[in-house]
Amino acid sequence: MSFDALLILDVLLAALLLMLAIAALHSHSMHQSIILFIVFGLVTALAWARLKAPDVALAEATIGSGVAGALLLAALRDNRSGSAITPSPGRPAWQVLSVTYLVIGLMLTAAWAFLDAHANNSGPRLGGLVQAELANSGVGNPVTAVLLNFRAFDTLLELAVLLAALLGVLLLGPARPAPRPAGPVVTQLVAWLTPLLIVSAGYVLWVGAHAPGGAFQAGALLAAGGIIMRLGGSRYSGLPSGFWMRLIAVGGSGVFLFVGLAAMSGDASLLQYPRDWAGTLILLIEIFATLSIAASLVLVYLGGRPDAWAPDQERGHA
Amino acid sequence: MLETSTLYGLLGIVLASLGLHAVILQTDTLRRVLAINILGVGVFLVFIATAYNGPDAAPDPVPHALVLTGIVVAVAATALALALRRRLESSAEDGDDE
Repeated sequence: MSFDALLILDVLLAALLLMLAIAALHSHSMHQSIILFIVFGLVTALAWARLKAPDVALAEATIGSGVAGALLLAALRDNRSGSAITPSPGRPAWQVLSVTYLVIGLMLTAAWAFLDAHANNSGPRLGGLVQAELANSGVGNPVTAVLLNFRAFDTLLELAVLLAALLGVLLLGPARPAPRPAGPVVTQLVAWLTPLLIVSAGYVLWVGAHAPGGAFQAGALLAAGGIIMRLGGSRYSGLPSGFWMRLIAVGGSGVFLFVGLAAMSGDASLLQYPRDWAGTLILLIEIFATLSIAASLVLVYLGGRPDAWAPDQERGHA
Repeated sequence: MLETSTLYGLLGIVLASLGLHAVILQTDTLRRVLAINILGVGVFLVFIATAYNGPDAAPDPVPHALVLTGIVVAVAATALALALRRRLESSAEDGDDE
């Protein structure tokens, strides 16, 4: 009963995802589109779970659907408060047709290549190597082992990308004005949810060593706490201001790079941790990466430089 | 014979195509950013589908790690795009052409 029933679930899930994507892309109301996109992200998390990728499912649900959805909704509000939206002119028919045919051609080529590669099972795979070396990595979760040990360089550069995007956003202008303080019900809800999210983030970070979880998911959960505080009317979303904020923002890639360089003393190359210390060092890197990711995502949600940043006039808000 | 990984891989290709189509043809920047995100999800689906080794075997963790990285980079790019858009809209109030 298991195989066929699950395949039916897969087909239904695929059909649902397809409909949600089309609806999100072509709905008339932008607000509706964004809500549909958030639903699309959450349903995609189910698809990741079906493909045995629970780490990706967690990240998709928190970052891909949650944070990205919050960012899009905040951007939609810029529209309403600012100048009226100019009605977009339609494209000429020849453009629509040629692009459509081109994309269909690309799609069929990609599908053929995918099916061909799938049937011949071509290309070397690294999965076996990861499983064989997992015991030397210092953690028990193969995805965390790849992210923070075997391919740690990629992750270091990823944190650098996040930092670069954050700097870009901060340079582009001041933050959006804070929303009005919320009513008592929402304030109470925020007071309940925020500690819960902090504890969950700590748990997800810790458990990432041997089960699905890790710095990215934990960072996104913390960021969710910050975004909720902001929506509840908190001006700085629980972020410190000025110097400390900057330190947290660069802390992720900074500590990562420092550990990587420190590992070079001796014969080892960059980021080649000593075997006995690997687990501890990975946890250290992940703690700072979590804080850094959370702070970056919240700052990016604010949409620019918090006003307390220009001169260090207002301190002490935590 | 339809397998789980084939199904999701093909779904990923279709989603990426839908996203690409909308990125090129839509005129509203916000909608284009949304379309890029759907394009990204499609690409991630193809990756994870190739990592799948059947219901009983462990999947290949390397594509999983790549996709995790990709999700964070996608959200960073989205944030930067939306900040650029906000700056564009605040600086140019007259005349628009994408």
